[in-house]
Amino acid sequence: MANASGQHTAFGPGPGAHGEEEHKHGAGLYIAGYILSLVLTAISFWLALTRAMPLGPLMLVLIILAGLQIVVQLFFFMHVTEGDGPPWHSMALLLGLIFTFAIALMSMWIMSFHYQVQ
Amino acid sequence: MWEGFRHFADTYLMWNEGPLIWMSDVLILLTSIGIVAVLTYFKKWKWLWDEWLTTVDHKKIGIMYLICALLMFFRGGVDALLMRTQLALPNNHFLDAEHYDQIFTTHGTIMILFMAMPFIFALFNIAVPLQIGARDVAFPYLNAISFWLFFFGALLFNISFVFGGSPDAGWTSYPPLSELAFDKGPGENFYLLGLQISGIGSIATGINFMATILKMRAPGMTLMRMPLFTWSVLAACVVIIFAFPALTVALALLLLDRIVGTHFFTILHGGNPMMFINLFWIWGHPEVYIVILPAFGVFSEVVATFARKRIFGYGSMVVALMAISVISFFVWVHHFFTMGAGADVNTFFAVATMAVGIPTGVKVFNWLFTMYRGRIRMSLPMLWTVAFVPCFAIGGATGVMLAVAPADYQYHNSYFLIAHFHQVLIGGTVFGMLAGMYYWWPKMFGFLLDERLGRWAFWFFNIGFYVCFMPQYALGFMGMQRRMYTYPADLGWGTLNFISTIGAYLMGIGFLFMVAQIIYSIRYGQRDLTGDPWDGRTLEWSLPSPVPHYNFAVIPTVEDRDYWWVLKQQGRTQELRPRPEEIQPIHMPKNSGRPFLMGVAFFVAGIGFVFNWYVLAVLGLLGVVACMVARAFEYDDEYHIPVEEVQHTEAALGRL
Repeated sequence: MANASGQHTAFGPGPGAHGEEEHKHGAGLYIAGYILSLVLTAISFWLALTRAMPLGPLMLVLIILAGLQIVVQLFFFMHVTEGDGPPWHSMALLLGLIFTFAIALMSMWIMSFHYQVQ
Repeated sequence: MWEGFRHFADTYLMWNEGPLIWMSDVLILLTSIGIVAVLTYFKKWKWLWDEWLTTVDHKKIGIMYLICALLMFFRGGVDALLMRTQLALPNNHFLDAEHYDQIFTTHGTIMILFMAMPFIFALFNIAVPLQIGARDVAFPYLNAISFWLFFFGALLFNISFVFGGSPDAGWTSYPPLSELAFDKGPGENFYLLGLQISGIGSIATGINFMATILKMRAPGMTLMRMPLFTWSVLAACVVIIFAFPALTVALALLLLDRIVGTHFFTILHGGNPMMFINLFWIWGHPEVYIVILPAFGVFSEVVATFARKRIFGYGSMVVALMAISVISFFVWVHHFFTMGAGADVNTFFAVATMAVGIPTGVKVFNWLFTMYRGRIRMSLPMLWTVAFVPCFAIGGATGVMLAVAPADYQYHNSYFLIAHFHQVLIGGTVFGMLAGMYYWWPKMFGFLLDERLGRWAFWFFNIGFYVCFMPQYALGFMGMQRRMYTYPADLGWGTLNFISTIGAYLMGIGFLFMVAQIIYSIRYGQRDLTGDPWDGRTLEWSLPSPVPHYNFAVIPTVEDRDYWWVLKQQGRTQELRPRPEEIQPIHMPKNSGRPFLMGVAFFVAGIGFVFNWYVLAVLGLLGVVACMVARAFEYDDEYHIPVEEVQHTEAALGRL
């Protein structure tokens, strides 16, 4: 077949590979990930709406929950630990982390207006 | 009944606003009737559906992007001419303030998001899979979705002109002006939803092409053997993937402010309008690199081809592209130095901004060194490339002037800034896209665009450009601010503004020559029978023009950079011809109407949110979900082209 080496097909990671994927994972992993992400979302909404703790700690907890949400997405849905060929996804993730932290931290720096007379 | 109709016409169709709207209504109606009549008369509806609306072929999607980009170029250009007409004379009342606000808003938004973006996506689609030896992009179905989301996003934005009212808070749409309290009309909602819908498509395109370039290269096509255009697309995709989410967030939060009454960007209840500006430019600055990087890629291809030399400093070109794509995320504050975030903040971003000049300078010198002692042919793509170099150099220099934070307090939002960014966006992106269009046109359509008319277009557009924008630098120094709809006579701005308007009209004439050139060439243009009209260097020129829908009958094995050129030099071009025994059934994706329907569903949802008609919004979103569910249960979405059919096609092209 034309798709013997994977790279040659018209659409490499598309439906051709789909059948194998499903054999590897089954539905259980996806359902577990789905429930976990729903639970994490529910907890953060509940914390924010009920103001269960003071603002400072609340923000910290929400950030941690958001971080966990990313981890759930990456492991349960995107299978970051798997894959063949060069580890492009690790590089992309690293770059994404750098950009995210740079943008978030610099935004805090910019928006603090610390030079202005209050 | 009549009262009801009048109320509807005045509220939604704005018929009380005068002849400009009536004329547009009539023109749109006549054009639509014309299109429907032609399609019906020639019985082309089925052809339209089968060949275009449902296609997942990257080449056809590229052509559709190109057509949209040119149409939007026309609309954005007409907006520009209306503005320049208004500004030609002091105390002019050709447009009133409200209309002027709407027109500069739509001009900016359309030119960046609905002209530049589809233009680069057109070239991505047309060139990248052919350059890397692939049969399509990594996710052809997603590619079609991207296009239709762009199309219906653009349609939603454009329809505001005759239905509901155009947005009028500037293309940057800063709150608090764009908040509900100051901007009641639905126009701003059109802006937010149009951009949001097409933005989803843009992110998908970024992911798609990154996956395509990293995973779908032909055997032997190592990263450092890739053509520089493909490298530039990879760099642009990195920026798209990481920058567009910031826009998505900014637009979504502003929309929430407007339709459900949150306070993210109001002063009230702890919101902060400056945060929108911050988020907008986290996307906005990388965005200008998104549209310039592919232009750099085009210039690299064109210079090497038309100087008949290998590109000078390939490695440094790659490093420069990647460096620009990373640095682009560390410069955004230079759009709002005057916000007053502090001397340390402004210093950091000023220095980072100037640092972008270094890799860009490396690229400019590499193009010049490639031309040095080359046997240059001044064909149309090369002409635009040569014009780009001085134009972009001046634009870059004024950019570094603007990067000096203390001085920026003087230039900020003046016509100096307007002249600067038009110089880099027109001189860089538009020249680059036009060079790319001329360069790959024969590959798309199988004929060349007429040189003589193209030269007329080139000179009108170029001379017009300098006549239009050079006076604006001076006007900026004289204190003229952007977005002012008129000015008193005694400020002495009249002469320069009048000259600038003449330049704008010259550019308009240049565009008309381009239209004439395309129409003339469809009939009389030189046919491209060899597939290699420019004596090209990369794999796409080894294929016939236009390319068969499976691209490569046999996937080539690449042994060198500029492989097609190397083979030509060594007299081995026969190696890229398919041999009958090598041809195997070709695995291809099936066409699907769902991406188009999904776009329609998004459009319906968009209209629903714009007017707060939530039943419509929910119906539209249900349509989107239905499309996604149907896709999830689709198992039969691919087929194989039998060997005989491939052999037949290749034989008809004289390649077997």
